[in-house]
Amino acid sequence: MTDRQTHDERGRIRISGFDSDRVRDREPMSDWTDESSGETVGRWRRGLRKFKRNRSAMGALVIVVLMSLAALFARPIEVFGVVVQPFSLAPYDPTTILYLGVDPSVEVYDPPSWQYPMGVDGSGRDLFSRLLVGGRYSLSIGFIVVGLTASFGLIYGSISGYYGGNVDELMMRIVDTIFAFPGLILALIIVAILGGGYWQLVLAFSLFGWAGYGRLVRGEVLKIKENEYVMAAKALGARDRSVVFRHIAPNAMPPLIVLASLNIGSVVIGVAALGFLGLGLDPSSAEWGTMLNATRSTLIQGPGGQIPWWATVYPGGAIFIFVMSMNMIGDGINDALDAQQTGVGRGGED
Amino acid sequence: MSLQRFILKRTLSIIPIMFGVSVITFGMFHLTPGDPVTQLVALNPDVTAAEEAALRERWGLSGPVWEQYLDWISNVLVGDFGQELQTGREVSDIVWTRLPETVALGLFGWAFALIIAIPAGVYAAVNKDQLGDTVSRFLALSGISIPNFWLGLMLILIFSLYLGLFPVLAPSRSSLISPEMLRYLILPGITIGTASAASIMRVMRTSMTEELNKEYVTAARAKGLPERTVILKHVLRNSLISVVTLAATLTASIVAGSVVVEVVFNWPGLGREFIDAINQREINVVMAITLFTGFFVILANLVADIVYAALDPRIRYD
Repeated sequence: MTDRQTHDERGRIRISGFDSDRVRDREPMSDWTDESSGETVGRWRRGLRKFKRNRSAMGALVIVVLMSLAALFARPIEVFGVVVQPFSLAPYDPTTILYLGVDPSVEVYDPPSWQYPMGVDGSGRDLFSRLLVGGRYSLSIGFIVVGLTASFGLIYGSISGYYGGNVDELMMRIVDTIFAFPGLILALIIVAILGGGYWQLVLAFSLFGWAGYGRLVRGEVLKIKENEYVMAAKALGARDRSVVFRHIAPNAMPPLIVLASLNIGSVVIGVAALGFLGLGLDPSSAEWGTMLNATRSTLIQGPGGQIPWWATVYPGGAIFIFVMSMNMIGDGINDALDAQQTGVGRGGED
Repeated sequence: MSLQRFILKRTLSIIPIMFGVSVITFGMFHLTPGDPVTQLVALNPDVTAAEEAALRERWGLSGPVWEQYLDWISNVLVGDFGQELQTGREVSDIVWTRLPETVALGLFGWAFALIIAIPAGVYAAVNKDQLGDTVSRFLALSGISIPNFWLGLMLILIFSLYLGLFPVLAPSRSSLISPEMLRYLILPGITIGTASAASIMRVMRTSMTEELNKEYVTAARAKGLPERTVILKHVLRNSLISVVTLAATLTASIVAGSVVVEVVFNWPGLGREFIDAINQREINVVMAITLFTGFFVILANLVADIVYAALDPRIRYD
């Protein structure tokens, strides 16, 4: 557009007002161009580039991926009798009691050794195997819950922020009410009512867990809906639904993603806390928090002679490392997506 | 808006929320299949249908749900939470005897968090991007990531079992306010305060860094104030406002944390009572503590908002 022709020749009359080329090439009324419709992708890409340069976040991502893979390949997975995942990283089944059949010399709370690298737990099971398999519960519940709550919160917050007025007032009072309870307390009550179990845990953390996303998205929508493109979409006759979900919601995504990534860690801690309190999964399951619960009384009462530190240090350490990595990733995403906004302001440094 | 009007308006706004909290508390227990009588009957198969109906009548579990709710809430409003089903003790007595223990623990946790986090946050912001900053940021990240029950177990393992510095568990409890209690309070207090300390430290660092870039800081330095005065009198005061906004959230997290930490340390507060009540299906106790928690968090939010509005008049014009 810099080499636009100007028709200023003297002595001749030229009709230039309806030159179709000029109409096509002239300065657009708005900033929208075909290329800029791809800008969202460009912004995400810029964020990704920034994230890749963040060494601690990338390291944390590697840890999370490794832990997820370890949980996935820990024991074979069967779906309706068909083995879909034949690998087995864990040397023993998490429920195998070693001194029954496998190795009679093993005793309860054997310290770590070459054969049992993380020692033996209070029921004579291999801790290393249990730890690997245990990741399946915490990690999958964490991701499922965050997926469900973030999606619902996105819808809820978009509706509340977009319609405003009494609808918004009512919807936000509901969110305020949920915020009056600490999430763990609500989850505890739900599990107490429904009983323990995998899907009960998912429900316990999802049923009220969306409120934070709802509030965040509503705030974003209030800001976004002041933009001209929303007004333009409305003026063009777009239905409310398509304005909300095609124009508003996608722009509320960056803060939502940051919150979601930071939230996975708190859900994992919550699941483990319920397990630790004996209210999550079956007491014999290899979930990390449940494993800690089994060691608590032994640790506190101080068994004669030796303290089985390994039964406490390893499962809790696994939760800690996973949550810490997730939080580092969340911080990294936060920096990356923030930088995208200021980066545009600075004329884009990349 | 004057501060008085703001306080009045904000105080009135908690009424619908308190109503909502009572509805959620009641609804969770009464809209689900299996009220306490059904559960009790399932445990004792030799209860007759007539006895079951009588029990239902006595515990106010007959009639439509909304009637039950009105019964319950009108009792609650005069401080009557009903009796413990198995022992017949008044639930409000149980709450009042357990409450001081939890308050002591929570206050110690708060104090620990503030004492650690504010100096650490200031230090990190002043020495931004230097070694001390990196180390304290790493510690803060660990603090928000560590599960509190595991931290509690690790503290017991290291300080009680290996080093023998603290008693593992209180063998017999003396009165709450005594020097001896402090020894029992330190480990659980640290456990409950760590997550809050980490959050406050992170917020302090961010808001201090932001404040340090503002022009009044340059002005204060330019007029020759010693750096110490600039940081402590000007920047710190403004950054502390952001901690106030965090206070309500952290209070909620300390309340939730008390449930877990009290179980780890066998601390006889409301949190452990809550877990015991859940395990024994003492519905009145669970409901009372749930409601109490909700009201407490609402009040904490109210106080935080009012303090915030008093410190920063701009907030009142919303």
